[in-house]
Amino acid sequence: MTSANHAIAVEMAGVHKWFGQFHVLKDINLTVMRGERIVVCGPSGSGKSTLIRCINGLEAHQRGRIVVDGIELTDDVRATEEVRREVGMVFQQFNLFPHLTALENCTLAPIWVRGLPKREADEIAMHYLKRVRIPEQANKYPAQLSGGQQQRVAIARALCMNPKVMLFDEPTSALDPEMIKEVLDAIVELAHDGMTMIVVSHEMGFAREVANQMVFMDGGQIVEKNEPKEFFERPQHERTRLFLSQILR
Amino acid sequence: MATSFVRTAFAPAEPPPLHVGSAYSALARSLFATPLNLVMTIFSVAVIAWVVPPLIRFLALDAVWEGTSRDDCLGISGACWPFVRAKFGQFIYGFYPVAERWRPNIVFATGAILLAPLMVPAAPFKRVNALLFFGLYPLVTLVLLTGGNLDMRAFVLGHVVSWGPLAGFGIEAGLRWSFWSDFLVTAAVVTAVAAAVAALLRAHVRSAFIGTLIVFAVLGLVLLAIDLDFGLEPVQTRLWGGFLVTLIVAVTGIVFSLPIGILLALGRRSNLAVVRLLSIVFIEFWRGVPLITVLFFAAYMLPLFLPRNFTFDTLLRALIGVSLFSGAYMAEIIRGGLQSIPRGQHEAASALGLGYWRTMGLIVLPQALVLVIPGIVNNFIALFKDTTLVLIIAIFDLLGQLRSAFSDPNWATPVTLYTGFAFAGIIYFTFCFAMSRYALFVERRVATPGR
Repeated sequence: MTSANHAIAVEMAGVHKWFGQFHVLKDINLTVMRGERIVVCGPSGSGKSTLIRCINGLEAHQRGRIVVDGIELTDDVRATEEVRREVGMVFQQFNLFPHLTALENCTLAPIWVRGLPKREADEIAMHYLKRVRIPEQANKYPAQLSGGQQQRVAIARALCMNPKVMLFDEPTSALDPEMIKEVLDAIVELAHDGMTMIVVSHEMGFAREVANQMVFMDGGQIVEKNEPKEFFERPQHERTRLFLSQILR
Repeated sequence: MATSFVRTAFAPAEPPPLHVGSAYSALARSLFATPLNLVMTIFSVAVIAWVVPPLIRFLALDAVWEGTSRDDCLGISGACWPFVRAKFGQFIYGFYPVAERWRPNIVFATGAILLAPLMVPAAPFKRVNALLFFGLYPLVTLVLLTGGNLDMRAFVLGHVVSWGPLAGFGIEAGLRWSFWSDFLVTAAVVTAVAAAVAALLRAHVRSAFIGTLIVFAVLGLVLLAIDLDFGLEPVQTRLWGGFLVTLIVAVTGIVFSLPIGILLALGRRSNLAVVRLLSIVFIEFWRGVPLITVLFFAAYMLPLFLPRNFTFDTLLRALIGVSLFSGAYMAEIIRGGLQSIPRGQHEAASALGLGYWRTMGLIVLPQALVLVIPGIVNNFIALFKDTTLVLIIAIFDLLGQLRSAFSDPNWATPVTLYTGFAFAGIIYFTFCFAMSRYALFVERRVATPGR
């Protein structure tokens, strides 16, 4: 039983969420196995972002169960903090800390949350900054970096906590077109290394390359979930077909 | 015929047109560029010509520099500086006993020695220095200025059991502990309550427990220091005065108003309804009453509400009043800063697993405080000048000593009043201007590159 459970990274069962009167997530059931890479797409307002923000407790759900790495998310602050230590997140707007250098952005959580000594945290940070190919920018402040560089620092920052699951919330939507590739390349590389990840993205080429499951959401529900080949070539649901036809011109 | 064009080399960078760089042209442009500019320039020069020469004449050219009594200052139209020299000790120390003035002198000197390296970014040992200045220095000051060896009979419980309704039930006789056992029991009770509350709120019980213990340990050390007998002559605070009191009130207010303001600002934005409500009530109350009322209440009306044996020093009450008053203003300044930090910063910090206090302390406050430095310094400067209101509760700060010196018949001349206020004005201006300039320096220093 434990071995089966250990294979599951994230489990959402019958999850509902409301913003005031508005029912944003309706009966979400999603199981993510370890090493699985899920790309979530759907029209704006369909609840994609809310869904992945529920996974690390940035948004609270009102009904159903969310279990991450064996820890159930409840109102207990400690459970939430425990989950967040194991789940890395990359935001659309980067959300780097502007008063800290790229390196300090990366070492902050390992030092203050994991309690690592500064030297060790620096080494880990440099390792991941090298992996996203910007070690030479380590001592610059976010405002001195381009959008693509900032997003790569944000990825490195999340990786420094050695997360078991990575969440990407439209990581390339706020980027200038010529910078999208450098960020996607970093994520693809991460995927090849076997990282469990859930990505909200409209980059369909990227999704084809990376995902082993596609999820299409509309109106707060999971409308269709399938393997990428099937999903793109033979979408089952009418709404999926419509959506794909609009973004895949 | 259409021709295509492809650049084969970079266009070279050229020097700017001549008039951009020169200082003379910049001056001419900023002073005489437009008719309005010209009028403003002429007006400003006229104002300077009207104000500055008489000021220099009063302060220096027509002033008397040497002398021993009022006779030397009669019939002149300049400042009577011998008056300031004769009263200088009173202006600085008030009625602090002349034989004991070495004590405030040590306090001034230590303060300057500790503060100067703290303010220079390049100076080493910042952490030790800050610990000395904010931790040890106030304690040394307290012991030196009061003389220490305070007579403490009861900590908290001793007061509670002798307080009106509870007294007379025979409890008092049974609970006549010495001060220190009272202290230890109180510490144990408060720590237990803190841990229980933490458990109730599902917060970290251990950190609440240890935190409270540390607070009591520090408090115990402080109390021990002022309890010990160092053989110093006790000097009551009603004898303190002059610039000494001005500095004590101002520095205490400045040092305490910032943490109080931060806590209140965080409280006002808290998710806990009770904390938020209490913060709002506190802030609005202290902002709603004038400082004079606060001081008057602290000095004369508070003793009427407190149990008879629960009295403490008037100056201390004024210090608490000023700190809380200033803290409430500070809270609103800081709240402005907190509100300007985007939500994404909180979310990014949370997503990394940082808890509330670390998110605030490492991410939000460092950014928010930098943004509101101008407002904070504004508050400091206003506070520095407002300290003079302690005069109404019979604490004679610099301005109070000045006024009492005016009534000395030995120095009654037509220019005494002007001289005295000119002196006070110069001192206040020096300090306020220095604060303002230093704040500008700090602002530039902490500015993040690229923004």
